[in-house]
Amino acid sequence: MNEAPRAPQMTQAAGDAPPAIVARGLVKRFGDLTAVDGIDLDVPRGMIFAILGPNGAGKTTLMRMLATLSRPDAGSARIMGHDLVANPDAVRAAIAMTGQFASLDEDLTGRENLVLLARLWGFRGRRARARADALLAAFELAPAAGKQVKDYSGGMRRRLDIAASLIVTPGVLFLDEPTTGLDPKARQGVWRMIRGLAGSGVTILLTTQYLEEADQLAARIAVIDHGRKIAEGTSRELKAATGSGFLHVALADPAQREAAARLLAARLGAEATPSVEGAELSVMAGSAEAASAAIAALIAEGIALSDFSLGQPSLDSVFFALTGHPAEPGGGAGENGGQAT
Amino acid sequence: MSANAPGGMAALERVERPRPPSAFSNALVFGWRAVLKFKHVPEQLFDLVMTPLMFTLLFTFVFGGALAGSTDNYLQYFLPGILVQTVVFNAVYSGMGLSTDLGKGLFDRFRSLPIWPLAPFAGLMVGDVLRHLIAGAIILAVGLALGYRPEAGFLGVAAAFAVLVAIGFGVGWIFIVLGLLIRTPTTVMTVGFTFIFPVVFASNIMVEPQTMPDWLRAFVEVNPVSLMTTALRGLMGGGATWGEIGLALLAPAVLTAALAPTTLWLYMRR
Repeated sequence: MNEAPRAPQMTQAAGDAPPAIVARGLVKRFGDLTAVDGIDLDVPRGMIFAILGPNGAGKTTLMRMLATLSRPDAGSARIMGHDLVANPDAVRAAIAMTGQFASLDEDLTGRENLVLLARLWGFRGRRARARADALLAAFELAPAAGKQVKDYSGGMRRRLDIAASLIVTPGVLFLDEPTTGLDPKARQGVWRMIRGLAGSGVTILLTTQYLEEADQLAARIAVIDHGRKIAEGTSRELKAATGSGFLHVALADPAQREAAARLLAARLGAEATPSVEGAELSVMAGSAEAASAAIAALIAEGIALSDFSLGQPSLDSVFFALTGHPAEPGGGAGENGGQAT
Repeated sequence: MSANAPGGMAALERVERPRPPSAFSNALVFGWRAVLKFKHVPEQLFDLVMTPLMFTLLFTFVFGGALAGSTDNYLQYFLPGILVQTVVFNAVYSGMGLSTDLGKGLFDRFRSLPIWPLAPFAGLMVGDVLRHLIAGAIILAVGLALGYRPEAGFLGVAAAFAVLVAIGFGVGWIFIVLGLLIRTPTTVMTVGFTFIFPVVFASNIMVEPQTMPDWLRAFVEVNPVSLMTTALRGLMGGGATWGEIGLALLAPAVLTAALAPTTLWLYMRR
């Protein structure tokens, strides 16, 4: 990661305006499965807030509840001051949601999709077309405006999908895994759009399974697992809980792996885990100094390295540090033990 | 705004919501969507028209002589019925379309908008009505070319098409409900046709029920499809009674009264 985390964009107009999202004890069950198991959230206005968790953690279910698409079985929430259950229409007028799967009409052109939504919001005739064109330009889609959405690339679809959520500036924009399935260039493009939006004062709640995405975009991150919030804080706070960087080393000779693992564990005081292919080792390093000392020690022992890097902890390592189990569905441990996902 | 942001980001300045549109205006927008679909997916008209066209030609020329003495006589009998059949079959395709839309998350967006909740369905219905009218007009044109003569004249045909649209509207709800319940479009089609085929064939569309066994005839005589066909024959051929028209519209009215609220409930349940 080469960019510092974004500072929160606090454009709170008045100190007494209700926060963007206040949720208390939200629960959603599907039969025997408790998908969301008592989650509290506080998201101030103008912030990018990320919900980080593995597949099946309950992220999408939580977001669908907050966007009035799914009714909570227990708990309550207020979005922009409106009660989710008592006044869903007021909530709908204040939010927009871009779901995980493109919510666009593939047969229509990009422009027609936006004009359709603009008319549904109440823009008439020329104003609806003008709104659509302004959004197409803002999302760099003007050249493709007349093409059917089924001919769009993944990145273009995602941008159009987000544009479709901005016909009327929402108080809160929900983005469910906005970059899942995109290539790195398209991902950068979507990230730029999201930052631009936050810059214009929109509160954004996004879900992601990528620590990097949460780190790049969000001022605060809630980590959820098995339907519960297991940690919340800034990216820096979460990483501090994990111990800072991870040292990854690639061995020139895989036969030396055992020896290298023993040495690294002894130097850094943490277990070194081999990669799936077996020729790499990852170990929590604590600091850059400790990592470079460990590398020097490996070389001094005659263990040749083909590559090494000091990287951020992965979502897996954050999870491991927070929960003691990897970010794999069904690997329940601790207080969530035995709970299926 | 950072320097690498696109120049057009001015569009992201705060845009307030205009005055909320009426439910009717919402429904019209969805109707416009249906019209756009015709523009972009004209193939759907091919599916829509080919089946009834094949039925008309095959039944008229293969069975017509045997069933009614001559192909001309049979066409005179069969054509109003094939219009009913076309409309009922079309409704299955519309259920499939809905199921496809639901699978794509498009309706999640509609559901999270502050609009009249039934508007998307009203729009589907607008599309259906257009489909019914287009398919009906093509079949009527082919019938006229083959020698069909609507003895009640233009007004009779216009009235028949009005009843046809009402039938399509009523039957449409069945497949909207199926489309909401079943998440795989092909299953909607299979289930739809499994119900529709016996109901359409065990009617007086193709033949008079006199030669059928008693138990079947009893069903055919009260089959709503038969009642619809009888009314259409009367309207186009002359001699329709208000009673016949009322009976033909009974099923669509009951279906709408029962299934429109069901649709809303299924759609909004969360």
